[in-house]
Amino acid sequence: MGPARTLAEKLWERHVVAARPGEPDLLYIDLHLTHEATSPQAFDGLRLAGRAVRRPGLTLALEDHNVATTADAVLDPVSLVQLETLRRNCADQGIELYSVGHRRQGIVHVVGPELGLVQPGMTIVCGDSHTATHGAFGALAFGIGTSDVEHVLATQCLEISRPRTLAVEFTGQLPPEVGAKELILALIARIGANGAQGHLIEYRGEAVRGLSMEARMTLCNMSIEAGARAGIVAPDETTLEYLRGRPHAPTGADWDTAVADWSTLATDPGAVFDRTVVLDVDGLTPLVTWGTNPAQTVPLAATVPDPQTFADPLELAAAERALSYMGLRPGTPMRDLAIDVVFLGSCTNGRIEDLRSAAGVLRGRTVAAGTRLLVVPGSMQVRAEAEAEGLHEVFLDAGAEWRLPGCSMCLGMNTDRLEGVERCASTSNRNFEGRQGARARTHLVSPAVAAATAVAGRLAAPADLA
Amino acid sequence: MEPFVEHHGRAVALRRDDVDTDQILPAEFCKRVVKSGYEDALFARWRAEDGFVLEQPQYADATVLLAGRDFGIGSSREHAVWALRDWGFRAVVATGFGDIFRRNALNNGLVPVDLPTPVVEELMALAESAEGLRVTVDLRAGLLRRPGGEHPFTVDERARARLLEGQDVIAATLLRNEDIEAYEARRPAWLPEIPRGAFDRTERSEVGA
Ligand code: SF4
Repeated sequence: MGPARTLAEKLWERHVVAARPGEPDLLYIDLHLTHEATSPQAFDGLRLAGRAVRRPGLTLALEDHNVATTADAVLDPVSLVQLETLRRNCADQGIELYSVGHRRQGIVHVVGPELGLVQPGMTIVCGDSHTATHGAFGALAFGIGTSDVEHVLATQCLEISRPRTLAVEFTGQLPPEVGAKELILALIARIGANGAQGHLIEYRGEAVRGLSMEARMTLCNMSIEAGARAGIVAPDETTLEYLRGRPHAPTGADWDTAVADWSTLATDPGAVFDRTVVLDVDGLTPLVTWGTNPAQTVPLAATVPDPQTFADPLELAAAERALSYMGLRPGTPMRDLAIDVVFLGSCTNGRIEDLRSAAGVLRGRTVAAGTRLLVVPGSMQVRAEAEAEGLHEVFLDAGAEWRLPGCSMCLGMNTDRLEGVERCASTSNRNFEGRQGARARTHLVSPAVAAATAVAGRLAAPADLA
Repeated sequence: MEPFVEHHGRAVALRRDDVDTDQILPAEFCKRVVKSGYEDALFARWRAEDGFVLEQPQYADATVLLAGRDFGIGSSREHAVWALRDWGFRAVVATGFGDIFRRNALNNGLVPVDLPTPVVEELMALAESAEGLRVTVDLRAGLLRRPGGEHPFTVDERARARLLEGQDVIAATLLRNEDIEAYEARRPAWLPEIPRGAFDRTERSEVGA
């Protein structure tokens, strides 16, 4: 037995291609996901240098960021060129691509796990910061820029420095009305929007063990909003249950070998993290962001904070700017904020469980007059599953729009964008200025709060509905 | 890549913390398939506001951007770095950077200079003074020099070495092909591989096109 190691160290060490003294580690990448928005320049770079894709079978491409979510939409010429560029690049290089209309199309971070492509112990990269999602499986998954996409296409490797490790221990029992979205927002509120800079987070504790795979994905997804390079959860029975029988999961004897290997993927007792944060979840209530970064979060039951109460002058200035952008006055109850648009979707909360949670609240109710509810499933598979369960009828009966999969209003790259200073309750991950539209005002919430808000027309939790 | 050893230029102060890459370059500009010509997109929303600092004539030739805490957090879009480069910036001075941004910057010869907040504040005040501020980013020595002082900074050692020489990072990894092949031979057989057409491409659902 060697020294006690963290899960992060184990994942790292098994991917070091060759350790050479004085050189940074060269890591092998098991799976590369790609999409239309951050890949064209990488393929161009390869072409210019006369290089080929080393392992086309280890890359999967999807159309998601820039696709329309209505069947009759006409794409603008610039968007069309981007999609056609991806199609041509994939055809030239022998890379599998699921285009709009394909029954496996959807958001990269929703489709990868659905197909069983994401497995414990793997390294996964994508030209997208929310690649952290896949850490839910006990995989080392991180977002990269386009230069690194090119590097991975050419070499299937990346040279990177080792991250520091951060243990996040969620202690206590998660109350029934809150979920993974609250866990991650509470963490970000505690440590700040770049509080985990340079770190890889391992989420631990009973509250995490009790989460479904979908919820673990929500949790790991927003690791980047805490500034972390990645977030991971050690695999367990829940992970195996999810993976068993998925199209790319191992079968037969391979499954047994894989499961035996995966069972070693946990932090050893006594292993040391560089840093630990303990967060008690017992009294956690639904949370909502009030500002323009995800650390600016309060309980739904609270009021808009007064910037003067922030001791740090920089935080005070940031709060003042955020309030002015958000059009908010200190002391206003969050529940009094009228909402124009509710967005249910994204790689954070666009999975089947999220739609079930929202549909559970909406069943037999209607969306408030003056409020729009946009439901954008994370993938064609999620959409099909939801329709098989009749969830789409719940949404449509309530007066919501039932859309085709894509990133949609998470980043407003297509036409799903807020107008003017519209206020939105969104299940996505970023409340940055201008993210959902040039002057758009975003409040991040869970799917349950999103649904209740759509019914109330103002920020609300399911318990607030009569 | 063009080497970066030392750069001397005018500094401009952007007094904002937590500048995320959506601010540096809004998503609609990520539709383009090219790698340059993003100067029009840089801080597009803020530039539409009156008196935005980059639009002030005295900073027209600025090449060093001073910003607050945690610059470049959020989206991995490398377009943000391209836009800063296209505008003419060669270095960004801030207290803390988003990890992906830091890496993207180094991959494009834009040097992230991480300095403590009091130092950045002092530099900002000088940049905003009537005389303005010109600084030297000395990557070889790891120093930011200004009239009357200098401030040490560090960047990833390997990235620094590559930038000083203007080395092609991919070429360097390709030189390690033997190691990579040996590693591939040891990879477990059950790991997924995606065959072309794993799911019938012609199988279309009833919606979409
Ligand atoms: S849904 Fe949003 S966060 Fe997720 S990949 Fe798409 S744009 Fe990025």
